[in-house]
Amino acid sequence: MTIQDAPAITLQIELAGTWLPVCEITRLTPGRGMAALLPDGRQAAVFLDRAGTAYAIDNRDPFTGAQVLSRGLLGSADGRAFVASPLLKQRFDLETGRCLDDAEVSVRAYPVRWA
Amino acid sequence: MTTPTIVLVGHGMVGQHFLEALAERGVTGRARVVVLCEEPRPAYDRVQLTSYFSGRTPDDLSLVEDGFMARHGIELHLDDPAEHIDRATRTVTSRSGRTITYDTLVLATGSYPFVPPVPGRDAEGCFVYRTIEDLLAIEEYAKTSRTGVVVGGGLLGLEAAGALKGLGLDTHVVEFAPRLMPVQVDDGGGAALLRTIEGMGLTVHTGVGTQEIVADGPAVTGMNLSDGSTLATDLVVFSAGVRPRDQLARDTGLAVGDRGGIVVDERCRTSDPDVYAIGECALASDGRVYGLVAPGYDMAKTVADVLADRTSGSTFTGADTSTKLKLLGVDVASFGDAHGTAEGCLDVVYSDSRSGVYRKLVVGADGALLGGVLVGDADSYGMLRPLTGSVPPVPPEQLVLPAGAGAPAALGPSALPDEAVICSCHNVTKGEICAHTTLPEVKKCTKAGTGCGSCVKVIGQLLPQAADQGLCGCFSYKRSELYEIVRTLGITSYAELLDSHGREEARGGDGCEICKPAVGSILASLGNGYILDGEQGALQDTNDHFLANLQRNGSYSVVPRIPGGEITPDKLIVIGEVARDFGLYTKITGGQRIDLFGARVDQLPAIWTRLVDAGFESGHAYGKSLRTVKSCVGQTWCRYGVQDSVRMAIDLELRYRGLRAPHKLKSAVSGCARECAEAQSKDFGVIATANGWNLYVGGNGGATPRHADLLAQDLSDAELVRLIDRFLMFYIRTADRLERTSVWLERLEGGLDHLRDVVVHDSLGLCGELEAMMARHVAGYRDEWAETLDDPDRLRRFVSFVNAPDAPDPSVKFVAERDQIKPDLTVLTLEGTLTR
Repeated sequence: MTIQDAPAITLQIELAGTWLPVCEITRLTPGRGMAALLPDGRQAAVFLDRAGTAYAIDNRDPFTGAQVLSRGLLGSADGRAFVASPLLKQRFDLETGRCLDDAEVSVRAYPVRWA
Repeated sequence: MTTPTIVLVGHGMVGQHFLEALAERGVTGRARVVVLCEEPRPAYDRVQLTSYFSGRTPDDLSLVEDGFMARHGIELHLDDPAEHIDRATRTVTSRSGRTITYDTLVLATGSYPFVPPVPGRDAEGCFVYRTIEDLLAIEEYAKTSRTGVVVGGGLLGLEAAGALKGLGLDTHVVEFAPRLMPVQVDDGGGAALLRTIEGMGLTVHTGVGTQEIVADGPAVTGMNLSDGSTLATDLVVFSAGVRPRDQLARDTGLAVGDRGGIVVDERCRTSDPDVYAIGECALASDGRVYGLVAPGYDMAKTVADVLADRTSGSTFTGADTSTKLKLLGVDVASFGDAHGTAEGCLDVVYSDSRSGVYRKLVVGADGALLGGVLVGDADSYGMLRPLTGSVPPVPPEQLVLPAGAGAPAALGPSALPDEAVICSCHNVTKGEICAHTTLPEVKKCTKAGTGCGSCVKVIGQLLPQAADQGLCGCFSYKRSELYEIVRTLGITSYAELLDSHGREEARGGDGCEICKPAVGSILASLGNGYILDGEQGALQDTNDHFLANLQRNGSYSVVPRIPGGEITPDKLIVIGEVARDFGLYTKITGGQRIDLFGARVDQLPAIWTRLVDAGFESGHAYGKSLRTVKSCVGQTWCRYGVQDSVRMAIDLELRYRGLRAPHKLKSAVSGCARECAEAQSKDFGVIATANGWNLYVGGNGGATPRHADLLAQDLSDAELVRLIDRFLMFYIRTADRLERTSVWLERLEGGLDHLRDVVVHDSLGLCGELEAMMARHVAGYRDEWAETLDDPDRLRRFVSFVNAPDAPDPSVKFVAERDQIKPDLTVLTLEGTLTR
C-alpha cells in the first residue's frame, strides 16, 4: 500500500487530556520538524524520524526564548532521537524534552499518536 | 603521645593549597588541623574573582571540593578571624573568643588592598576589590551610579575597570605611573594596551595621582587629581596595590620587614621556629613579597614537607613571576627579565599599533632568551616562557613576528627540552607531562593546567593526537574521506552513506546535526541538483532549508545577490521598496550587498517573488558557498586603476555562485595595488597588475585574520579563471568540515608550495578533473529562489505553523529603533525567565 492509497493519517498531540489533531503524515519530512500553534497560544514542535516515529516537544528554545526548535535538525544518539536547536545547537531528547547539553534545562514533551 | 595541633590562620587560595598538601602527605591523619577564616565562605578562586560578573556564582568559584574538610577531619571556622597570638602559651584567640593551643602555627593571612591616604577616602561609594563581599557591594552600589573611577591601572585595577564597564558605568582609570600595568609591561606594551583599552570606551588618565575624594554629604561625587583637574564620579574603586597582612605577627613580636611582610627562611619558618608564614603575607628569604598565587603554592608545599618530616623536602628561595592573563579581553604576558635589567642585554621588538599587538623579547649577550613582554596576542607565551634562560633554536626576530609575515613555521613545543617548565603555577615540566596521554590525566596526576590555564594549549600540543579524527559520532571518516567515498562510489543519499559507511552503532539511525549538513554539502558540491528536494531537504540546517538566515528572534534575513557590488538605481529602488513594503530592517553588508532583516518564514516567498521579478537572484548568504566578490571601482573610473576590476568581480561571482563548499567562500578584486577591495583578506583575492592579475589565496578576516598568500602572478583572464577553478575544487575535495581556506592552507602538508605544485604544475595529474567538475557546476547552476517559487510543493514549507498556514508567528515582533525595526526580545521572555 503506498501512502497515496492509505486513508489520511493524522498526527495528534495530547493537551490536558484531549487529543489535538495537528497535521497529516504527508506534511512531515522524516528528519525534520514543523511548528504547530496550540489553542492556548503556545507552540509545539512536531517531528518525524527516519523510522517513522513522531514526537512533539515545546517549540520554544529555552536558551534564547525564540520559537525555533521545530527548525532544528533531528539526529539520534544511543538509539534515542534528539533535535539540535538551530540557534545555539543545544540538543534536546525528543521523548523527554531533556537537554542533552545542560542537565538543568528541559522543555515540555507532549504525548503523540496517529489517528 | 598526644596528637599535635596545627593551626592555620587564613583560608584563602594558599591556605587551601596548604591543607591539600597536608592531606596528600598524610599529615591530616596524625595531627589535629584547625583553620580560622575571616571570610564567611571557604577558600575561593580569587584570581578568577572578576568572572563573578560574567555569571559565575560564588559556589562556582569555590576551591574546596565537597566533603574535603570532613574527609580529612579538618576543623574550619568561618567568619571567625584570629585576633591574638600568645607565643608564650602557644595559643591563638579568635574573634568569637575561641582559644586554641597550637604545636605549629601557620599564617596565611594574605594581603590587604592599599588605599592611598587621600582625604575623603572613607566616603560612601568608595570600595576596594579583593573579596566576593567587595564585589557584591560594588554591584549593589553601581545600580544607582553612572560613572566609576578605578584608582590604579595595574592588573587588578584593569580587572576592576572591566567589571565597572560591564556594570554599565562610564568608567575611568587613574594611574600614577606614566603607563598602564607599570610592573609587568614596558612603555611600548603599555601604549599598545592603552590604545586597545581606550578603544573599548574606557577613559584612561596616566601620570596623575589622586589628591582628594570629594563628597557631597556622605556620598562621593568626584575627585581632584594632581594635575589640577577634577573628575565627577559616583563610585571609586581603590586598586593601588596590596600590602602584606602582618599585623598579627607584629603584635606578637615576630620579625617583619621594613616595608612589611613576615620574615621567613627557606623553609618558610618565621623568627619563632614553631610559626610559619606562607603566601602574600610572607617576606621570602630572597627579600621579596610575592603577590602571585604560584609562589604561594610553592611555599605551602614547602611547609607541608616540613610538617610531614620530609628531610629532603622542598625549600622556597624565590620564584618566577611570569604572568599571562586576559585583561578586558586583551592578552597581556610578561616573563623573565621583562624590563631588560641584565647587563649587555638587547631588545627585539615587534609593534603593530593598528591591531594593538606588541611583543618584546630581551636577549642576553650570549643569545639566550632572558624574558619578554607580550601584549595583544600572547599565544606564544606558553612556548617562550619555558625557553627562558636558553638560546632559542630559531633567531629571536622570528619569535616576535606574526604568522604569515615572513615568519617560517612557528616553533612548536616539540622543540623544548624535557626539563622545560610548562606549567609554572604547579611547576610541571615537559617530561612529566609527556608521561601521560590525555589532558584530564595530566591535570589529575600533575595538576598542570589547573592553575591559570595559560599552558593548556601547549599541553594539548605535547600529547599524542587523539586517534579518532572522525567527523562526528556517526562517521569515523573525515569530511575529505567522505567526499572521496561519495564521489568514487557515486552515492547519492545520506541514508545510503550512513548505513554503508557510518560507524556500526550509527547505522540505521538518524545521524546527527554535524554530519547531516556536511554530507548535504558534499552531495551538493558533487552536483546533485536542487538542494531541498527529497531526502536532501532534511539534511540542510535551517538557513539552507528556508534559503534565508535565521536571526535571534526566529525571524530571517534576506540578501539578494549584487555581483561585484554593482547595482542599477532601478534595482536599488526595488530593494528599498521591498524593504519598505514588508517593514524590513536594512543594512549594508561588508560584502557590498544589502541585508534585509525581520522576515517571517511565511513572508519569504512573497519577498522573493518581488525580488526575482526585478531580476535578483539568491545571494547564498545562508549557505556554505560563495558569498560575494567585492570590488573597487577599477580602471573605468579610478585614475589609479590598471584593470577593470568590477567586470572581473562580476564574472567571478557569476561563475562560482551557488558552489557548495566546506565553508563559506569570500572573494574580492582590486583594480590596482592600492588594494581598496581588500582582496588579501579573502579566500581568493585578485589584484590587478599592469600585465594582468595576481591571485592570492587563503586570506581571512574575522576572529583569526590571515593575509592571503600569493599563488601566481600576471595571469591573463583565462589563466586566472582556470587557476581559481582548480584551487576551489581542490579545496572542496580535501578540506575538513567548516574549515576555511586559511586554516586548510595552514594545515595542508607542504603548505603553499604543495598547493602551487598541485594546481599550477599539476603534480598530481588532477587538474583536468578539477576543471571538469567546475565546468559541470557552472553549467548546472540554477537560482534556488526562482526554482523554489516555480514549484508549489517546494513552497509548502514556508509556513509558520503546519496546522495554521495563514497565521503569522506571534513570537516574531519588533519595536522601533533609529527609524527602523529591531527584534522585540521581551516577547521571547514572556514565558518567564529561561527554564534553567
